[in-house]
Amino acid sequence: MAEYWYIAEGFENRVQEYLADNGDSEVDMMFTVPEKDFNTAGKGSSEVKNLLKRLGVDSEVLRRIAVASYEAEINVAAHSHGGVMHSAVYDDHIHIRFEDEGPGIADIEQAMIPGFSTADELVRELGFGAGLGLPNIKKNSDAMHIVSEKGSSTLVEFIIFFS
Amino acid sequence: MTLRELVALLEGEVLFPEADLDREVPCAFASDMISDILMCTKEPTLLLTGLTNNQVIRLSDMIDLTGIVFVRGKRPLQDVIEMAAERGLPIITTKFTLYRCSGILFNAGLRSCKI
Repeated sequence: MAEYWYIAEGFENRVQEYLADNGDSEVDMMFTVPEKDFNTAGKGSSEVKNLLKRLGVDSEVLRRIAVASYEAEINVAAHSHGGVMHSAVYDDHIHIRFEDEGPGIADIEQAMIPGFSTADELVRELGFGAGLGLPNIKKNSDAMHIVSEKGSSTLVEFIIFFS
Repeated sequence: MTLRELVALLEGEVLFPEADLDREVPCAFASDMISDILMCTKEPTLLLTGLTNNQVIRLSDMIDLTGIVFVRGKRPLQDVIEMAAERGLPIITTKFTLYRCSGILFNAGLRSCKI
């Protein structure tokens, strides 16, 4: 499996500490993301944002979480055979994981290039397929991790700290 | 500029009657690509677009949109209008093109949003 890691400058220690001992999350939320279902796609991200808003997370951090999460959720709906979104809320950060049922990313480095897209006509007609999904997740995250391979499943996960 | 002034300038039609047209619009962004809209909207923003599917309304759950103008005479389906109404998100349709709308609003003093 090919792997991609991104950790924003200055967050290396906090991310490593969390990954070494991630403890118990305070709230967990699960959503299924069906293939090509653009009526429900985005609902999971919307609900996570509402929860964090009630918890009093700063509005700029909220925006970053919502945008990264929405892009990842749309990716699962647009490019995979469906998958699951799992959000774990900790006292100082959120960790959201998207795991799908394939068909996998042939070349992750290429998929990270802004403007590169494999979106089909249906997806483009809806206004997606700008090739900015993964770059937009990276831009808004403190850490991002992708594990995938052609013909296999894809994991996209990211961590964003509340302050 | 208020939404009411903007509707007059664009000869627009408000798509649900309860919309708050006295809302102040600080700036605008125009695009038909969802990722562009997400990437460029960091403050309360009016969106001008030719997209009319439900994901355009869903966007307003993620980012702060003060209203949406559908250009080129586009009109979303009733369920999309209802989604906007549930959120109290004013939506407007105009027969003008995206370029013409942008020009009119820019000349009237509506600035581009910070990207």
